[in-house]
Amino acid sequence: MAATTTPDHISRQLGSTPKATLLDMLAKMLLGRRFEEKCAEMYALQNIGGFCHLYIGQEAVAVGALSTLRPDDAIFTSYRDHVHAIVKGCDPGRVMAELFGRRDGVSKGKGGSMHLFDRQVGLYGGHAIVGGHIPLATGVAFASKYQQTDRVTLCFFGEAAVNIGAFHESLNMAALWKLPCIYIVENNRYGMGTSIERASAIYDVAARASAYDMASETVDGMDVLAVRDCVGRAVERVRSEHAPTLIEARCYRFMGHSMSDPVHGHYRTKEEVEEQKLQDPIKAYFGRLLAAGLIDQNGLLELDREARETVERAIRFAEASPEPSADDLYADVYAEPYGPFRKSEA
Amino acid sequence: MPLITYRDALNQALREELRRDPNVFLMGEEVGVYQGAYKVSKDLLQEFGERRIIDTPITEEGFTGVGIGAAMVGLRPVIEMMTWNFSLLAMDQIINGAAKLLYMSGGQFSIPIVVRGPGGAAHQLAAQHSQSIESWYAHVPGLKVVAPSTPYDAKGLLKSAIRDNDPVIFFEGETLYGSKGEVPAEEYTIPIGVADIKRQGTDVTLVAWSKMVMVAMKAAEQLAAEGISCEIVDPRSLRPFDNAPILASIAKTNRCVIVEEGWPYAGLGAQIAYQIQQSAFDDLDAPVTRVTGADVPMPYARNLEHLAMPSPASVVAAVREVLYRS
Repeated sequence: MAATTTPDHISRQLGSTPKATLLDMLAKMLLGRRFEEKCAEMYALQNIGGFCHLYIGQEAVAVGALSTLRPDDAIFTSYRDHVHAIVKGCDPGRVMAELFGRRDGVSKGKGGSMHLFDRQVGLYGGHAIVGGHIPLATGVAFASKYQQTDRVTLCFFGEAAVNIGAFHESLNMAALWKLPCIYIVENNRYGMGTSIERASAIYDVAARASAYDMASETVDGMDVLAVRDCVGRAVERVRSEHAPTLIEARCYRFMGHSMSDPVHGHYRTKEEVEEQKLQDPIKAYFGRLLAAGLIDQNGLLELDREARETVERAIRFAEASPEPSADDLYADVYAEPYGPFRKSEA
Repeated sequence: MPLITYRDALNQALREELRRDPNVFLMGEEVGVYQGAYKVSKDLLQEFGERRIIDTPITEEGFTGVGIGAAMVGLRPVIEMMTWNFSLLAMDQIINGAAKLLYMSGGQFSIPIVVRGPGGAAHQLAAQHSQSIESWYAHVPGLKVVAPSTPYDAKGLLKSAIRDNDPVIFFEGETLYGSKGEVPAEEYTIPIGVADIKRQGTDVTLVAWSKMVMVAMKAAEQLAAEGISCEIVDPRSLRPFDNAPILASIAKTNRCVIVEEGWPYAGLGAQIAYQIQQSAFDDLDAPVTRVTGADVPMPYARNLEHLAMPSPASVVAAVREVLYRS
């Protein structure tokens, strides 16, 4: 069942998608890029602690995929979650406040970079055990079927997660029970510092779906329109037929695994990274919109200026937000408190 | 009051809660067509159908995670572990997921799930099917842990667990399923976190839960024949833990023996003993003593298995020790 998105699909997508949506996607990619660049800066200044995994280079996957969803659809993602959160609708200021460990953060400063949650916008979390969230996403899809809603769940994870048991257990149940879940593998070729060739017996991640008789597609994850087209078709299918899908988006991260990892490290060459940067998804997409006459250089600069301003506002919001109080330490351990544990009043 | 088995008391609790709340469902291996490996879910498939009584593949991590995900959007799953031994495969989901999602989401996602099944040693099931691991779960903030010893407690506590908005780890005693006790046919619940005095006494306090309550009872009967009066306190919930009745009992008896099926090292008994010495030091006339399972994986051989488990005789010996009569 594996299919590959061809350039034909893409030109059709460019023709059939409203101009406002096309430009909005560019704006969101730019916002994601500027946000992550600022995160790197803030990490260096120690305003952001812990692990901080940046998404630069992979923006086309989140933006293309999430452009196909309704607000009430659910998404799960891994620890590389800032851009998914913002694109799903989280306020960038509250995301930055979370990274700063502040009270107004989306998770009130309790989650940090790897655990962004925002129920209001359908963000069911950044999860930091590789593949551990795949059963949870399957469970939300299970609930959609149980509750007879047509809510779709999208579950993002990296290619390294397909080797863990939870992935296989989940896909088996999703296919067996026809659950409305779309599994999106962001195959950026490296699980931390181990290339897929060194970790997986087969390179073709999408092919793993055949073990569960599940629909699958491989898509160019550096091409936002290809991702939108591919995920869009999967969303339609899953809403109407409750048939889950595995999508492999082949992409590349331009930064290290986390802020503690240099851009290329010991596991990939500088040349490889530089060559991949020539495929920058934002530049490529802008080029296509420019050729189609939908935007010009000034338009791009304007969108970029807006993105930078949004990020500056986010920083100011995060800086102004107070640290959690000592009382917050024991809040929200239990829904119904006992002992020292209490529920937060917010 | 009808006299029914522990197994049937649990079945009643499930049936009543499934009838009461359409968000409750039961999921696990063999819970439906097979009627439950230990028949706790007998006839539930017939009444509630495949939508709500869900047989799963053998995949503890997967289906436990599915339950937790479903709980994130307001369903109230009851997940059956065929035995708690298999829950080790699901511990990532339970500890990294269920226990922490409310906290690390800043209060946005409570997880109203019950994970239940038989725990403790059974008859010659050997190391991988005979262990008491409630202390592992009781260690984790975000979880509630319950271990009823009687049919009455089993029904009332399971109903409370299903209605609770936090994840509840519900240990059933594998060898208690056939034990009988009085259980009202009508609706009742027992609050989580409230201990129960299972026997009144004046000379020594025995703290025991789940199957160990029966062991303590037998020891108490033997000791009564010698004129020693044991009070038995069953905490019923291991987290939250109801310390006050234990302290009140020790104020009366001045002596305490903790009976725990699990291993001694870093076990729950150690925590309970700590709590006692901290709050009741001046009431104690002897050091608090523990009777625990042997510090070994459970052996198969019948005689070794008996040696590895707390017995009425070992409890009797410990009571004599704290009374300085050994």
